[in-house]
Amino acid sequence: MERKPIYLDYSATTPVDPRVAAKMIPWLTENFGNPASRSHAFGWEAEEAVENARAEVAKLVNCDPKEIIWTSGATESDNLALKGAAHFYKTKGKHLVTMKTEHKAVLDTMRELEREGFEVTYLDPEPNGLLDLAKLQAALRPDTIVVSIMLVNNEIGVIQPIAEIGEILRAKGIVFHVDAAQATGKVAIDLEKLKVDLMSFSAHKTYGPKGIGALYVRRRPRVRLEPQVHGGGHERGLRSGTLPTHQIVGMGEAFRLARLEMATENERIRMLRDKLLAGIQGMEEVYVNGDLEHRVPHNLNVSFNFVEGESLIMGVKELAVSSGSACTSASLEPSYVLRALGRNDELAHSSIRFTLGRFTTPEDIDFAVKLIRERIAKLREMSPLWEMYKDGVDLSTVQWAAH
Amino acid sequence: MAYSNKVIDHYENPRNVGSFGKGEEGVATGMVGAPACGDVMKLQIKVNKDGVIEDAKFKTYGCGSAIASSSLVTEWVKGKTVDEAATIRNTQIAEELALPPVKIHCSILAEDAIKAAIADYRKKYGASDVPAEKKAAD
Repeated sequence: MERKPIYLDYSATTPVDPRVAAKMIPWLTENFGNPASRSHAFGWEAEEAVENARAEVAKLVNCDPKEIIWTSGATESDNLALKGAAHFYKTKGKHLVTMKTEHKAVLDTMRELEREGFEVTYLDPEPNGLLDLAKLQAALRPDTIVVSIMLVNNEIGVIQPIAEIGEILRAKGIVFHVDAAQATGKVAIDLEKLKVDLMSFSAHKTYGPKGIGALYVRRRPRVRLEPQVHGGGHERGLRSGTLPTHQIVGMGEAFRLARLEMATENERIRMLRDKLLAGIQGMEEVYVNGDLEHRVPHNLNVSFNFVEGESLIMGVKELAVSSGSACTSASLEPSYVLRALGRNDELAHSSIRFTLGRFTTPEDIDFAVKLIRERIAKLREMSPLWEMYKDGVDLSTVQWAAH
Repeated sequence: MAYSNKVIDHYENPRNVGSFGKGEEGVATGMVGAPACGDVMKLQIKVNKDGVIEDAKFKTYGCGSAIASSSLVTEWVKGKTVDEAATIRNTQIAEELALPPVKIHCSILAEDAIKAAIADYRKKYGASDVPAEKKAAD
């Protein structure tokens, strides 16, 4: 194998911080007790570790530890929040609202609820990726029971106006769920202030292990959920299943480090992101997708016009990045998020998502900029669309032989 | 996605990239695909007086397999008569490049590009392929 590419895909997943891994290991080998065992010291110490971790997760988002429910990850948290609330409040109404740019864990759960007889409104974002509050207001109905809007978008990194949305929804008594999988450690979250009822978290986007997440369930005013996994009644009956102590300890430590280090870390990463942006902005026909102001510091999503996404990813194979386009997963559809922003087919097919993180260095960015400039030039030399553009042809007027 | 070595070779060292000068004698162009589908191929052939393709060039917007398919066909059509080139099938391209099932459309597009270039040649230069048709009838 050649040397590994430079990792610029931190929104897909992050490495477990070595400090986190070190904390986890004893809970696999020596302290292996079941936190639910009440009859001996093995169980007691495991339970204490779980509760310490719960307190750390709660501290990062400023809530009561009793409001944190362990799950297997943000996908499960989204499922529990949406199905749980919809099922509990179904006698109040059957209408839910979300956005077209949500993660599939929300969108596909909404589709399932539609199959069960609920009605769902999927809001379009503005061209910058943000939600227009007036459009949300207009979509609400007397029978709306749940609204789900993500805090940080996974593809374009934009930050939705969660505080304002919370005010609108609380006034109407509508349950508000927020998927915050991409937000922890990147934006400050204060659940004392935010009028959010349910919030999904993941450990592995924040330098913790995969396979563990949490759902925040507000106690005052209390939000009720129907459990989706039944069994031994763990997590106050909301999510049965033996707690994975080592995973939980890892998430707790990861979130503790995020709380302590996020301010300085985000400034460092923002500088690197801006360096990357400055390095490619001088090129022709480069478009940043999503608002640059209301955006997490580590995300840059760019379309290189007239170059197709998959060949672009192949062209920069020394970088581990992802295409906004889903071509790599063998479907030929361009990114549904970029389409929802109103990007045309060429631009939606030509995007790269760069996500930087804790272990990204300035040298990584210098290398990336040089490589991107070289390879884009080469691919454009090969592109008939680039040639037509250079000849002054308006591509939108061309009659294509679609296949 | 894992690409075959041949696809990677054509992608990294594409053969015959470019365009012929406008108005160059004997040149015909086939452009197929659409940006909406994620692939556009432009294939140009330069045919001499004997109906033989003496040069070919391509430009492709598309994935690595699309680039490799078009690069490969420029090599294949060179030295062939127009009629011989018309017999190239997508299955041969797919086999040569070991394309996976999700990339078969790239080879189909490359075959379409050859056909489109040949159709353009016949439209521009008339029935100069009479000898070849006679040959086909033999």
